[in-house]
Amino acid sequence: MKQIRLSGSGGQGVITAAIIFAEGAVKEGKEAVQSQSYGPEARGGASKAEVIISDQAIYHPKVTTPDIVLAMTQQAADKYYDDLHEDGILIVDEDLVPNVPNFPNVIKVPITRIAVEQVGKSLFANMVALGLLVKVSGLVSFDVIKETVAKRVPPATIEKNTMALELGFDAVK
Amino acid sequence: MGNIKLMQGNEACAEGALAAGVRFFGGYPITPSTEIAESMAVMLPKVGGTFIQMEDEIAGIAVVLGASLAGKKVLTATSGPGFSLKQELIGYAAIAEIPLVIANVQRLGPSTGQPTSPAQGDVMQARWGTHGDHPMIALSPWTVKESFEVAVKAVNYAERFRTPVIILLDEIVGHLREKVELPDAKDIEIYPRRRPDCSREQGYEPYRPAADLVPNVADFGTGNRIHVTGLVHDETGFPSGSPKVTEESIRRLHQKIEIVQDEITHYDEFFMEDAEYAVVSYGGTARTAYAAVLEARNKGIKVGMVRLMTIWPFADKIVKKVANQVKAILVPELNYGQLVNEVERAAGGKAKVKLLAKYNTEIFTPNEICTAIEDLTAEVAD
Repeated sequence: MKQIRLSGSGGQGVITAAIIFAEGAVKEGKEAVQSQSYGPEARGGASKAEVIISDQAIYHPKVTTPDIVLAMTQQAADKYYDDLHEDGILIVDEDLVPNVPNFPNVIKVPITRIAVEQVGKSLFANMVALGLLVKVSGLVSFDVIKETVAKRVPPATIEKNTMALELGFDAVK
Repeated sequence: MGNIKLMQGNEACAEGALAAGVRFFGGYPITPSTEIAESMAVMLPKVGGTFIQMEDEIAGIAVVLGASLAGKKVLTATSGPGFSLKQELIGYAAIAEIPLVIANVQRLGPSTGQPTSPAQGDVMQARWGTHGDHPMIALSPWTVKESFEVAVKAVNYAERFRTPVIILLDEIVGHLREKVELPDAKDIEIYPRRRPDCSREQGYEPYRPAADLVPNVADFGTGNRIHVTGLVHDETGFPSGSPKVTEESIRRLHQKIEIVQDEITHYDEFFMEDAEYAVVSYGGTARTAYAAVLEARNKGIKVGMVRLMTIWPFADKIVKKVANQVKAILVPELNYGQLVNEVERAAGGKAKVKLLAKYNTEIFTPNEICTAIEDLTAEVAD
């Protein structure tokens, strides 16, 4: 069982990225659950979405010890990294998280900068992040995620979303 | 088999209702139930159904009662404050025997409370929210797949027993997205709308009970004269002040559900064969309880679990059986203590019954429930 938490601020699209990630896993025949926090947190404050992927039935629906935490803002990084598994991975947007939490395994990528400079809008940052998560987690095939994105986003934006996804996937080795 | 997809609990509830034949939705949006209304708004027009957003929750239930009397299978959905507002008309549906399904996605209360925060605080309101003596059917799903199945059952029971049925969802399951495999339409059993079995000339009376104690009330607009009232009425549907009619009427409302109680009491038993302790749980909390029971089993504690899908009528028989088998029962609930009192009543002193309550907007962790199980074994040993 793998537990993944995506966090950022309301409007950065972490929930959408989490849904697509879980949907991809389901397409591959895996068990998956996805949940999110709502309320005041979703409106500009720190927001989070969680995905659990497993080969067996998933009972408790929330992440207890994340294997991966993605943080798209400083506030999210500060709030959501501390229960990470000791062998877990913290992924941060290196421009938006200047004070990287003291954790042994951190991957820093300029997620939002890639979206702005290479795709054209910060709006695509969540797809860059999703590509990154697919690569780092190795849980779902990239092709399945690409198909899922194409079905989820408005037709006119498929090309740019896919481009963002690929840039994220290629941003780490 | 049907198709596999990632779906939200609220969406699955709407899909299930539609699959069971619901063709009319009336309501007023309120979090965390809004996705049920949204899904119905998208799906109903495509199958010739009607979606209507009313001015408030009371109108939202009134309009579905009208549609139900006119022959449509109906659903309304709400949460906390909206559920409170609908109570009087739930009683109206009970006495006037109007098929009705209400989905209540529980959130933390009372009043506005904590919108969109999980809770299981409406268990007793589901049973006794409307005044007077009346039976109640309430079903609480613990997975997204079961949210679909419970919706189908709720519609079928509402139609078969001509009674209000409550889908007691919670925010945990309502907002959870999960892998589901939905059945094909042909594999779904649907209870059709009851119809009169004879004409007026042959002596048809709208509120004369059939053999199963449920009347075959004709739908409006089908050529029969019908009178519907919240007053106690006789077989003609017109008010009666008679003590005899009143007594028979109230008794029949209860008995039509009592005679099928075993059939409509759904539950799962897990690891009960050798259990010395048990957890009784329901709704989204049961998922965490199951994980906790596994954890406790790994620590060598002989603990089992009963997961209730049917909340009302209460599952007395299974709880009695469990109480006779185990030393103690733990009841974790996201409230200050509601269903635990029913468990205690049914247990009748045969086993110690302990509440694990939580009401702070957070759900249980498996660890919390596992620790409570361990504490319980220590208490019993003392």
